[in-house]
Amino acid sequence: MAHPLRGAVAVVGIGLTPFGELPGRSHLEIMGEAIHNALADAGLKKDQVDGMFGSNFADPLGAILYPEYFGLKNIKVMDSTNIGGSSFNNAMQEAAAALHLGLCDVALIAYGSNARTNTRRGGGPGFGRSFDAPYRPRQPINSYALAAARHMHQYGTTKEQLAQVAVSARQWAQKNPRAFMRDPLTVEDVLKARMVVDPFGVRDCCLVTDGGAAMVVVRADRAKDFPNAPVYMLGVGAATTHNDISQMPDLTVTAVAQAAPRAYAMAGITPKDVDVIEVYDAFTINTILFLEDFGFCKKGEGGPFVAAGNIAPGGKHPLNTNGGGLSCVHPGMYGMFIMVEAVEQLRGVAGDRQVPGAEIALCNGNGGYLSSQITLVFGTQATL
Amino acid sequence: MASERAANFQGPGPDAVWFENVKNGKFRLQRCNHCGKAFFYPRPLCVHCGSADWAWVDASGKGTVYSTSVVRQRPEDGPDYNIALIDLAEGPRMMSRVTGIPAPEVKIGMAVEAYIAPLDKDPLVLFKPAGRA
Repeated sequence: MAHPLRGAVAVVGIGLTPFGELPGRSHLEIMGEAIHNALADAGLKKDQVDGMFGSNFADPLGAILYPEYFGLKNIKVMDSTNIGGSSFNNAMQEAAAALHLGLCDVALIAYGSNARTNTRRGGGPGFGRSFDAPYRPRQPINSYALAAARHMHQYGTTKEQLAQVAVSARQWAQKNPRAFMRDPLTVEDVLKARMVVDPFGVRDCCLVTDGGAAMVVVRADRAKDFPNAPVYMLGVGAATTHNDISQMPDLTVTAVAQAAPRAYAMAGITPKDVDVIEVYDAFTINTILFLEDFGFCKKGEGGPFVAAGNIAPGGKHPLNTNGGGLSCVHPGMYGMFIMVEAVEQLRGVAGDRQVPGAEIALCNGNGGYLSSQITLVFGTQATL
Repeated sequence: MASERAANFQGPGPDAVWFENVKNGKFRLQRCNHCGKAFFYPRPLCVHCGSADWAWVDASGKGTVYSTSVVRQRPEDGPDYNIALIDLAEGPRMMSRVTGIPAPEVKIGMAVEAYIAPLDKDPLVLFKPAGRA
């Protein structure tokens, strides 16, 4: 029997802000622009929202700040669980459960950040209690660099293969007018970029931009009552292996290896059914690890897999079609943006970067230091 | 419900004991009396089996580099430095720095041994290649 959450809820509204630099605007103001656009896209007014889901390192009590700030008078479910950049993907799971159980009827998931232009920011987000921090690792880069070094040691993955992830992302970004970095980028450019934390140079690392995104989610029984084609959540799986990188059991195997099978089982799919993939590519190693843990290739073969052009435009497994965190947008918590890109692909409105006939999208949000992983499967009406 | 609190729930907690040990130049780990496995960082319950019955034991100080990286700095901020993950002979893994050789020369699989010294102001467990003075 199908899982009760398979196809139970649908995304009926999406909103984005411009990406890059939004000087003089606070993160809440950017979030507001995204919410405005998502509600308009869904044809809803703010007081129809009764479930508020949002998270930000700047807002420890976000789920009560946002209703106050945006004047949402009828909130019945509030959640600002922060598990890093995958918080919004986690929120999708929580919203689906709350909607399905009738705890709320219209869920809003939203995020805004001025990470690039905010001149008042202090250091990066602290992830709480840490016995790693006193050694002054440059986080979050350092954790991912350690994972990359281990993967290179264990499987012979090369810096050229890592670079190919960044080049593929850039090729997609060149097809996306919203993307922040669209200049041509070669493997050689990535290899000769300034070193940050070996084995990563600066082009192995995601952008730091401003930007916001929001989504409106409702139960499937009313999903056809909205202006745009609904995009259904077919499956979701969540898992965590650690908080600090020193506590990750195996730096070459992420919690996606647990989360993805759960999401596939709920959705009733295998990787073969996936038309388009959107993952949190905070660093080039992420994409390689996730492709392996998704099951698109064997453990250790992610490097050759990306070097063969599989994920670039024209490849068999289009991935990060907006340009990803590496070239499109990354304001600190990228997980929100992967879902909006998946919805645009499944609506068929992605312009030059549209994957023809995309019916099933696979998403993975990553949080912390490869710490939390949320896999989501979205589908069109035809996949129900 | 047990009427008596386990001994390890009384007195200064594992965090306080850890920092006091390091301050006194001692590298000690918690080892579970129930499952026999060692664990780090300090916790009130064995991370392997959940038992509150554990004891502090001296670490051998022997370890192997599990992964390594080089933090690059602008010259005005100081020299580049190593950040590594060390698999301790007793089982736990910890972040640290391998010192005494240039950061890029630290390799995965290298045998290292612990010493305690201040990094900024507080003493920390650091590592150097095994067999070096």
